[in-house]
Amino acid sequence: MDFRVFNLGVVDFKKALQFQKEIFQEIKNNYFNSALVLCQHYPVITMGRQGSAENIRVSLGELKNRGIHLYEIERGGDVTYHGPGQLTVYPIFNLNYLKKDIHLFLRQLEGLIIDLLSDFGIKGLRHKGLTGVWIDKKKVASIGIAIRNWITFHGLSINIKKDDLDNFSLIKPCGMDIEMTSLETILGRNIEIRQIKEIFTHKFKNTFLIHR
Amino acid sequence: MTKVVLPELGEGIEKATVSYWYFKEGEKVNEKDDLVELTTDKATFNLPSPCSGMLSEIFFHEGDTVNVGEVLAIIEES
Repeated sequence: MDFRVFNLGVVDFKKALQFQKEIFQEIKNNYFNSALVLCQHYPVITMGRQGSAENIRVSLGELKNRGIHLYEIERGGDVTYHGPGQLTVYPIFNLNYLKKDIHLFLRQLEGLIIDLLSDFGIKGLRHKGLTGVWIDKKKVASIGIAIRNWITFHGLSINIKKDDLDNFSLIKPCGMDIEMTSLETILGRNIEIRQIKEIFTHKFKNTFLIHR
Repeated sequence: MTKVVLPELGEGIEKATVSYWYFKEGEKVNEKDDLVELTTDKATFNLPSPCSGMLSEIFFHEGDTVNVGEVLAIIEES
């Protein structure tokens, strides 16, 4: 399988979305099969198809004052926050080459994050009916994807740095009163996002690409 | 007359929720155009139009739940 990895660094959400759509089109045209786009975003709130404005706790003016953009997008799920300190990953994946099973793909993404956490001695959990990955009752990773003609885009974010969690208080993540956590919060030490990118990419290849 | 049916979406997935219609009843559609977007779990997905023609009737609207195998809409082929 012809697989490509794109490392965008810290990037504006809208620019990354445009990039995703260009890659999506190239995959749709069979220039290559699948891609992984890795990045961090400047502070942004996005609202998925199940989103409700009630789940943003502050006014649009307040968001503007804080320099946080709000985008309504075509992924599944409710409202979420992205910022530097999170690793955001967009797997643009042609499920025609794997298995055309939407929930299986979501569960595989969760499994990959749980596996990554276990490398750090952290027990990641699934909570039934609440897609994402949890550490005890706190959420560490969020997932929301879109699929068009069985090619995926949008994706997941993993909270890495401890000092980027405050902005989650501006929203009700996924429309619920949940508390977020991060790898650094749990481990009590510095974690480099670069390291998580390398581990994630390696595990992604193992999960989706080996023997194909 | 062509029926637009909700196809198999994966093991154990029995239903999905209509989240967006790209066309209204009475409008012309082309084969492979995005016709309707549905949602299951934390994923949205599209159903492309199976043929070119006129979208004559929509049976499930935005917010409605559809079972796999059910007819979402009818297209009168041109």
